Amino acid sequence: MALLEVRNLSVRFDTHHGSLRAVDDVSFTLDEGETLGLVGESGSGKSVCNLALMGLVPRPPGVIESGEVWFEGRDLLQLPESELRALRGNSLAMIFQDPMTSLNPLLSVERQLSEVLEVHRGLSRRQARKQCAAALDDVGIPEPERRLDEFPHELSGGMRQRVMIAMALLCDPQILLADEPTTALDVTIQAQILELLSDLQERRGTAIVLVTHDLGVVAGMSDRVAVMYAGRLVESASTLDLFARPAHPYTQGLLASVPDLGGNREGDLFSIPGSPPDLVELPAGCAFAPRCGQVEEACRSGPPDSLDLNDTAAHGPRRVACPRAHAGFETGGLL
Amino acid sequence: MSESLLSVRELKKHFPTGRRSFLGRSHDVLRAVDGVSFDLERGQCLGLVGESGCGKTTVARTIMGLEKASGGSVTLDGHELTSLGRRGWLPYRTRVQMIFQDPYASLDPRQTVASILTEPLAIHGRGKPKQRKLRAMALLDVVGLNPRHINRYPHEFSGGQRQRIGIARALALEPEVLVCDEPVSALDVSIQAQIINLLVELKERFSLAYLFIAHDLAVVRHISDTVAVMYLGRVVEMAPCDTLFEAPQHPYTRALLSAVPLADPLAERQRRRILLEGDVPSPLHPPPGCAFQGRCPDRDAVPAGRCVSEAPLLLACGSSLVACHLDPSRE
Amino acid sequence: MADQATKKMGDWGLGAGELERILSEAAKHKGESLWQDAWRRLKANRTAWCSLCFLALFTSVAFLAPLLPLPSPVSLDLQIEPQPPVAPWSQFGRGGFSPEYWELSGLDQAMVRGRVAIFDDWQTAAWLGTDAKGRDILSRIVWGSRTSMLVALAAALCSLAIGVTYGALAGYLGGAVDNLMMRIVDVLYSIPFIFVVIFLITIVNEYRTELEDHYGINREVIFYLVIGAIYWLTMARVVRGQVLSLRHAEFIDAARQLGASTARIVFVHLVPNVLSIVIVYLTLTIPAVMLFEAFLSFLGLGIEPPKVSWGLLAVDGSEMVNPVRIYWWLVVFPAAAMGATLLALNLVGDGLRDALDPKLRGQS
Ligand SMILES: Nc1ncnc2c1ncn2[C@@H]1O[C@H](COP(=O)(O)OP(=O)(O)OP(=O)(O)O)[C@@H](O)[C@H]1O
Ligand SMILES: Nc1ncnc2c1ncn2[C@@H]1O[C@H](COP(=O)(O)OP(=O)(O)OP(=O)(O)O)[C@@H](O)[C@H]1O
Ligand SMILES: [Mg+2]
Ligand SMILES: [Mg+2]
Repeated sequence: MALLEVRNLSVRFDTHHGSLRAVDDVSFTLDEGETLGLVGESGSGKSVCNLALMGLVPRPPGVIESGEVWFEGRDLLQLPESELRALRGNSLAMIFQDPMTSLNPLLSVERQLSEVLEVHRGLSRRQARKQCAAALDDVGIPEPERRLDEFPHELSGGMRQRVMIAMALLCDPQILLADEPTTALDVTIQAQILELLSDLQERRGTAIVLVTHDLGVVAGMSDRVAVMYAGRLVESASTLDLFARPAHPYTQGLLASVPDLGGNREGDLFSIPGSPPDLVELPAGCAFAPRCGQVEEACRSGPPDSLDLNDTAAHGPRRVACPRAHAGFETGGLL
Repeated sequence: MSESLLSVRELKKHFPTGRRSFLGRSHDVLRAVDGVSFDLERGQCLGLVGESGCGKTTVARTIMGLEKASGGSVTLDGHELTSLGRRGWLPYRTRVQMIFQDPYASLDPRQTVASILTEPLAIHGRGKPKQRKLRAMALLDVVGLNPRHINRYPHEFSGGQRQRIGIARALALEPEVLVCDEPVSALDVSIQAQIINLLVELKERFSLAYLFIAHDLAVVRHISDTVAVMYLGRVVEMAPCDTLFEAPQHPYTRALLSAVPLADPLAERQRRRILLEGDVPSPLHPPPGCAFQGRCPDRDAVPAGRCVSEAPLLLACGSSLVACHLDPSRE
Repeated sequence: MADQATKKMGDWGLGAGELERILSEAAKHKGESLWQDAWRRLKANRTAWCSLCFLALFTSVAFLAPLLPLPSPVSLDLQIEPQPPVAPWSQFGRGGFSPEYWELSGLDQAMVRGRVAIFDDWQTAAWLGTDAKGRDILSRIVWGSRTSMLVALAAALCSLAIGVTYGALAGYLGGAVDNLMMRIVDVLYSIPFIFVVIFLITIVNEYRTELEDHYGINREVIFYLVIGAIYWLTMARVVRGQVLSLRHAEFIDAARQLGASTARIVFVHLVPNVLSIVIVYLTLTIPAVMLFEAFLSFLGLGIEPPKVSWGLLAVDGSEMVNPVRIYWWLVVFPAAAMGATLLALNLVGDGLRDALDPKLRGQS
């Protein structure tokens, strides 16, 4: 049985420009010890989706329109705030996207870290300090004892991000929502952090939702990948299949935009033409239609349903929300 | 006197750290930057990469005068900058500008785009208000935004658009040098590609020189002419871009390149990374000799104990500069 | 210089004519500032909006008091005992107004002349009753509210001018300067101001004529000085705390690397960003100041008769409380006016906090 099951989650924001659905009918499951990569454009609702799982969507302007999130036989969306708080940081942890604004500039690193331990574990100040130092050591920060007394602005960008990671890992969570955990890290430290996450996964059977823009990280870490566009899951597949045979035109564009380390340096990098859609005024049909190179008349009529893809070579179930992709795979011709 | 536009010599920045008491000062110093030198020519891009916390941001901020240098010099066209106060700096501000990492934090949320973009002109007394505003619109056009949106506020733009506003602000004074501290790491790949393309285009159009700090080595490779690799406050290798990526010399550079994740699951799973062992050294108590010594996979190849006893100098080796005892071809 | 700017612009793609045209179009694409956004949210908050309207009405009545057809707040009409309220529908107005006031300012005198010109000697009946000396309670409440407003204004100005600047500078400059500046605040804090007031006022009472004649110092001046000295302290602390957390924000660094002066950074970038907290805090300070004024006047240390203030009204009311006969209107109406004002201020403060910083909603 899946550790976490998300069904038809929709989150709406009522802003003065109008309402927008940041997460629209998203469903997925997460097994113990599994890593789900969540990729997609800026503003496609990845962070909001994670916040909804944690019960942290700001309300107002946010409204959870529908959906269920099953974890340990309970629907997290129905839990009272007090029980959620007991889960948060304990069996459910999140690495927030923005370390600059998620850390309190007025508190020392120790104060920020030890809060979790003092709240959930009831440790004394001394014990908590020791554990915090160990956690900083794990994420590769040298002289952790010393760093505990420093303030966020005295750390480098990458160190701040690692403090956030250490905070999330302090209580050995069962589910870890990692929202772009390694954007500010160099590749060697990034490798070390990813190693740390894999360790945790083996030791504790932690399931990870890994949000990232770095498709290399997704390729290396995740078992399955879900692609979001304008609040919807447009494609989900096992990592191998997705990279080998991306089905949705957006996924194809995304993969093509990745700069290649060995590639030629002449000419422009590929980028998907057009700009991300305004969620307040989404086009009637497929949200990607205005930027899609393979657009058809049918694409503009109604939002395409997410259907199982008939991919004979697939390593696992695949779903895609694009009729063209389905047609392409039916006839056997890869796009 | 060197010919280059921006020249950095033995730049040092030490932060006093440790618990500060009410009046007393602690004597511990954190050597964030410890003797960095490089030259930047007009129209060139120097990529700066390195481990997180090795002092890249501090180099950028010290060059910009946001931190006072503890030693060394930064000269622009032969004019010394490090010893200048705010007023003395003022004329050079128009020539060196900075792009920040975080598009959400680097724009004042209470200002309109118009006042963000006219502020540099106002500070330097260029033009009348009306002309400044026209100029701001021309800038928006240059960075690919709609000039009609000049009266909007930052929160009404997406991350990628905000980064463009940040770039426009840096361009307002028509600088010759742009210092970019991780300008694209907060953006998604597609928008990142747009911003990189924009930076390349601007570089050619206005023959700008960039100091480009980034963690994404593929991006660095795409945009840079020369790449410098930093480790614990020092440059350990500096080479023309292709040379560095094709024939890395320093063991740290090799480890760095081998750790780049590939966007291909099969290759990524088979890839052999050079794993760095040992503890990451601290800039508070750097190890004796070579800073990389404790984690270096090639340590044993060097004759007895030289790595521990002697800090390697940055010496020429072919077209590269490398600071390592290992290299056989140098002396 | 100016020429250079336009010339270069030509090189940058768009011609000057083109830009002019776009500039006129840009007016249609006005963005919404965080202030406008907050304003809209405030308007959507029914309670806060009503309170704000009430305060606006109240302030304008207080300001226009000399122009309104109210009886004089001081003209005596010696009777045996206070007259109970007369309902407006039984008696609306009457004649017999006499323009008796204390020494008024030029503007107020002009307003009084205007009033006489418009209403002649017509005045409202004693809708809220009269006090023991036959003075009209409604008129005294309205005139008394002017004192409260003035005190509130003084405190607000001090808070804004001194507190915000001081706090923002301390927070931004940091280090030893900050340390010194905040210690000064601590020292001022630790002075027991109520004793200082009593002490100063005793001195003033003692040497009344000399001080007044030679230095123009009277009780009221002392009173405002003291309020000025107290009410910026907390504001300075609040602002400094906020600025400390903003000081390392990237947009401040961005301004610094443009060469912005300290004054520019503090007033253009830091202050507008802490202003929401400042405004919220002000709405909470003002009631405290009004109470302080009432308290001092009650003790006989604040405003002096014949001038009126809410504190003095409370004194009058309490003097008339006796077991034989309760002149309830002497107590109830001034108390109600004061209570309503303070409540409205607090509600506006709450609404403003929600409106300016939606993230804070639900927290203390
Ligand atoms: N508090 C909020 N109020 C109104 N709209 C919001 C709020 N938070 C998020 N949104 C909107 O929801 C949408 C999804 O945002 P989200 O932060 O999930 O994007 P994301 O996929 O995480 O992007 P990124 O890669 O840039 O982090 C965006 O259009 C955003 O404008
Ligand atoms: N204001 C400061 N006070 C004290 N120490 C500081 C300060 N700023 C930076 N440091 C220290 O200087 C060192 C280098 O930091 P810097 O921000 O330059 O690293 P970086 O190379 O930019 O790293 P990253 O890639 O993670 O951003 C770090 O050890 C950091 O803790
Ligand atoms: Mg996000
Ligand atoms: Mg940095």
